[in-house]
Amino acid sequence: MNTAAKTEVVKESSMVRQKEMIARNYDALTSTAETGKKVASTFVPGNLNELIMSFGMLNNLPEINAINNGMRRKSGMMIMDAERRGHSEDVCTYVKADIGQMSKGNIAPNGKPMPPPDLLLLSYTGCFTFMKWFELLRHEYGCETAMLHVPYTGDGVITDNMRNYVVKQLKEEVIPKLERVSGVKFDIDRLRENLRLSAQAEDDLVWVLQSARNVRSPIDAYFGGVYYIGPIFSAFRGTQEAVDYYRVLRGEIEERIKKGLGPITPEGDMPEEKYRLVVEGPPNWTSFREFWKMFYDEGAVVVSSTYTKVGGVYDLGFRHDPDNPIESLADYCLGCYTNRNLPTRVEMLENYIEEYQADGLLINSIKSCNSFSAGQLLMMQEVEKRTGKPAAFIETDLVDPRYFSAANVKNRLESYFQMVDQKRSAKAA
Amino acid sequence: MSTSTIIERCNELFEDLDFTAAREWKAAEAGRKVIGFMPVYIPEEIIHAAGMLPLGVVGGGDQLEVIHGDAYYQSYICRIPRSTIELGVTKRLDFVDGMLFPSICDVIRNLSGMWKMLYPDVYVRYFDVPQNYLNDIGGEYYRHELEELRDGLAELNGNEITDEALNASIKIYNERRALVREIYAFRSETPWRAPAAEVYLLMRAGLVLPVEEHIVMMRDYLEAAIAEDRPMRDSCRVVISGSFCEQPPLNLIKSIEMSGCYIVDDDYLLVNRWLLEDVDADGDPLLNLALAFIHKSADTAAKYCTSKEDVGQFLLESVRNSNAEGVIFAAPSFCDPALLERPMLADRMSEHNIPHISFKYAENSGQMQPIREQAGTFADSIKLWS
Repeated sequence: MNTAAKTEVVKESSMVRQKEMIARNYDALTSTAETGKKVASTFVPGNLNELIMSFGMLNNLPEINAINNGMRRKSGMMIMDAERRGHSEDVCTYVKADIGQMSKGNIAPNGKPMPPPDLLLLSYTGCFTFMKWFELLRHEYGCETAMLHVPYTGDGVITDNMRNYVVKQLKEEVIPKLERVSGVKFDIDRLRENLRLSAQAEDDLVWVLQSARNVRSPIDAYFGGVYYIGPIFSAFRGTQEAVDYYRVLRGEIEERIKKGLGPITPEGDMPEEKYRLVVEGPPNWTSFREFWKMFYDEGAVVVSSTYTKVGGVYDLGFRHDPDNPIESLADYCLGCYTNRNLPTRVEMLENYIEEYQADGLLINSIKSCNSFSAGQLLMMQEVEKRTGKPAAFIETDLVDPRYFSAANVKNRLESYFQMVDQKRSAKAA
Repeated sequence: MSTSTIIERCNELFEDLDFTAAREWKAAEAGRKVIGFMPVYIPEEIIHAAGMLPLGVVGGGDQLEVIHGDAYYQSYICRIPRSTIELGVTKRLDFVDGMLFPSICDVIRNLSGMWKMLYPDVYVRYFDVPQNYLNDIGGEYYRHELEELRDGLAELNGNEITDEALNASIKIYNERRALVREIYAFRSETPWRAPAAEVYLLMRAGLVLPVEEHIVMMRDYLEAAIAEDRPMRDSCRVVISGSFCEQPPLNLIKSIEMSGCYIVDDDYLLVNRWLLEDVDADGDPLLNLALAFIHKSADTAAKYCTSKEDVGQFLLESVRNSNAEGVIFAAPSFCDPALLERPMLADRMSEHNIPHISFKYAENSGQMQPIREQAGTFADSIKLWS
């Protein structure tokens, strides 16, 4: 490992490209006063970016802002500020970081103030908290809200009733509101074009994620994965920029495979792949680098993760479909990872362990996120039972630094790696 | 029959964590089935029309020692799912043929999947409700959901559930709803004659008894309470908000009243009065249930509020209708819906100069002294300053 690069983070061209894309998006968001562009705030799961863009609107994602603040270690103060204003210490820290950010001037990472949203597009997909989060934002901003209720697939299937319900809401509630707020008439051909671009980018994203089936994996599908999903889970799905980004990224990964390289880390290429893991749950953002280092220092590579499916499950075949635009958006929302029932999630984990030849499962259980976390202990037992592979459980939070105990997490990880070693030795014997 | 005799019976049912009454109901006739459901609301009429017994499962309370349940949940998750798992693992629910998990939060939602994995032979359904309140969108969706529930229960039972049976059940539940409203109105009018703990136990009995029996019980209670003379205390009048899912320990309800607050409205056990008015018992029963849900149902944090102005209006009306002098926000620890909504409700109350306090509890909270002190101070401040 390149230990000399301790201060300078090693970056590939796709990373630089992504950074520029995100910066441009924040510049676009913070210059709406000059450009006259309208802004829709919405969420990552159930993100209707193609639709929003078809009205010429910009997309602002409060979770991404919270992540940004978490990674820049600003979220802690924001959360405490929200708690001082009456928000419970028990609830989601994304919400509190978002509300805390507003109280501190709503400053974007480029140092300029975020504009108030023109529309809160509440895509209620896979997470109850979203609903109250947007009610809280509406309470603060007083702007128009469009609600898209996406039913939970409690029986593990998307029924016609669910799909029709979402389609009807899109046609009769969401689209008319977008038309009214943007002043632009709905153009289905523009939407189709955006969806066509989405599908192209999705093909390449899936290829990238599935490249981890190689033993030795050229990517880390969790810590690296969160960068790979960045454009498609945020403001860029349905854009040529995203298509280009994923083409470049794919090229880089192809090169890595050819050269027999492992994943790239902030300290350079990983020299060794000792453990192959599947990870369930979002990462911790406030100590992201420190958390990641605990893995790559031990030669642990995450070959598949469920967090990279939270904004869309593409590796099981779904693609946005320009021929059935509205239905396709409905199916996308209904199929997001946390909108799937627990037996389906267990099945996905089981398959990932088999398909990616993983040594086991690690669950990063997030205090803030009951949508992910409630039931994970049973999921862990079930996956262990079905695969015979060891599983482990750690607990952190999304953006609240008070809930990241590095020593605790490290201890548990080290014990887990020992457990994997023992399992291997026992098998070899 | 005196109120104390009736409440004694209710208390027995409340403390019986083996659900003996429901077991006996099931055993009395071959082929009977029991369908459990969790808070906040399910249309019991459909279960009733199938000839089955709806059984409210609202956790294990403060008398159940949770041993296995804790192994399924992290420390930052509320208590109701862990005590419900405990009830399942200790076979206290082994006579239950189906479990319904209504849409309320992510924890209860995920519990539906856990139940599917833990009890593959039990009929398990996540019961979704619309967050869109337009007849041809949310109404139509919900009607189909009700159809699926009806068909699922019919398959479980092996018998069709007819519209006639559904309409007959709606009529019976209308009768119950009317009585529940009457009792709540009576308590609101004269809270010293229907103490909150008694009304709570009476409502709680409705979760485990056949509706016909519960109706008789409530009628008897109301008659007895009207006839009894009880001393009026110098207490202030409060509404409880935020307790719609995990239930507080009975001692907490008693403590609030002992500290000088008459509870004149609450959101405990909302299933009994979720639908605010009678449901039309003629015509298409599922459509009528759907429309009642959309247009005539109670409000909780589990529902989407369509406009900023409407947030807190239901609570505000409750305060006004019950002539309450303050609101106690009492939510279970880690209850996402209640705790996320609380700041908005608190702001709404402040806008209208309605005093409010808040605290958290768990269904097994044991220390009541801090609650008594807080509620007592609140009562004093209302009496002195409002």
